[in-house]
Amino acid sequence: MSNPQQLRYSKEHEWLSGAEDGVSTVGITEHAANALGDVVFVQLPEVGDTVAAGETCGELESTKSVSDLYSPVDGEITEINEDVVNDPSLVNSAPFEGGWLFKVRVTGEPADLLSADEYTAFSAG
Amino acid sequence: MSSTTPRHTALDALHRSLGATMTDFAGWDMPLRYGSERDEHTAVRTRAGLFDLSHMGEITVTGPQAAALLNHALVGNIASVGVGRARYTMICQADGGILDDLIVYRLAETEYMVVANASNAQVVLDALVERAAGFDAEVRDDRDAYALIAVQGPESPGILKSLTDADLDGLKYYAGLPGTVAGVPALIARTGYTGEDGFELFVAPADAERLWQALTEAGAPVGLVPCGLSCRDTLRLEAGMPLYGHELTTSLTPFDAGLGRVVKFEKEGDFVGREALTEAAARAQDNPPRVLVGLVAEGRRIPRAGFPVVAGGEVIGEVTSGAPSPTLGKPIAMAYVDAAHAVPGAPGVGVDIRGTHEPYEVVALPFYKRQK
Repeated sequence: MSNPQQLRYSKEHEWLSGAEDGVSTVGITEHAANALGDVVFVQLPEVGDTVAAGETCGELESTKSVSDLYSPVDGEITEINEDVVNDPSLVNSAPFEGGWLFKVRVTGEPADLLSADEYTAFSAG
Repeated sequence: MSSTTPRHTALDALHRSLGATMTDFAGWDMPLRYGSERDEHTAVRTRAGLFDLSHMGEITVTGPQAAALLNHALVGNIASVGVGRARYTMICQADGGILDDLIVYRLAETEYMVVANASNAQVVLDALVERAAGFDAEVRDDRDAYALIAVQGPESPGILKSLTDADLDGLKYYAGLPGTVAGVPALIARTGYTGEDGFELFVAPADAERLWQALTEAGAPVGLVPCGLSCRDTLRLEAGMPLYGHELTTSLTPFDAGLGRVVKFEKEGDFVGREALTEAAARAQDNPPRVLVGLVAEGRRIPRAGFPVVAGGEVIGEVTSGAPSPTLGKPIAMAYVDAAHAVPGAPGVGVDIRGTHEPYEVVALPFYKRQK
């Protein structure tokens, strides 16, 4: 699998797009989606919620397990992906595209976000 | 479980070449899934799936008193099983607690094969050896003598027929006969744990890869796929089949688990657990403690083993197994609940999912029954 070069990554396996008008898109990586197996339920934060980097803001359930969803940055939720709520399998089929989870107006970034190459090495290890 | 490195089946390299996600299961490194577990599940329900079940524990019992020993050691009437037939049964403690659920195949007049769950195989072996004292019978650990490959699903008879001359039409559900499949000597059993028609093939580990490849090729035109333990769990859950460690434990008797029918009091001679099970049968009849039921979600959150079942703010039971059901398209669970809430349609029942009471409908088991 290849992790898109234009994205940055958290060690909790979220990806973060570059900001447009201060708003970035967040999802989980293909590596994380494969590790979860078929995702069957997604609980996302609500629009207007304040999230903090490294803190849980939702959950992802697969056949075998439930996993917390972390925000990779500090900020305010501006939009959630209703399509993925209605069809959680998008997380597996298109984790970097149609399976995005939420958009966040970024107010702060942790220092340890990874580049695509760094994340590829991290997730292989 | 012990912390020693996991054991590998004869098909280990093949699983890895297929890109399987592996998991530790009862001390074995087993395929959890190869791709999407939901697709694997659907393949078994509609076409066919191929499983490596070599972790299961085979124990051979032979000798003039093999039947008498098994009638004493197990709760079923094993002496009445015809040669070439199989029986679902259990082995219990003296206090009636379930040590394991088993399938026993009668291979010959004086030869049986007992198949135990991987997690309990040593316990079952030790109990059988101990209970064999005084019987003219030998208990043999054959765990390493067999690999076990299952082909399950509506297309499985056609796939197998293309690889064997054995009389599959004459092979009934819960029967087994020795034969040759794809040139490999095998015990061909019409058994499974999926709720579908299917076969389990016991073969020498050295032959396992050859048989797997032959089944893969023969099944490809009808959509057979390799399947992992994840879909095996959702398949058996939909079919309402218990799993040891979840629905069955040493603190439950077969009657508590709603499986009292496996206990045969009318058989000849004493058997381990008879006295306690007689009491358990009466208790289950008059004053059942908790009853195993099915639960179907109205929402999407998945109940997991150990989650409390609630009604009117009170805990009335506990989930033993839960998963999203690919066939129903909703989360389902098995749970032990107080008898007052065990009737299908019982009002106000929910599952406490991490603090939220999600509404659930009580239903009779199984969730899924195949059309014959």
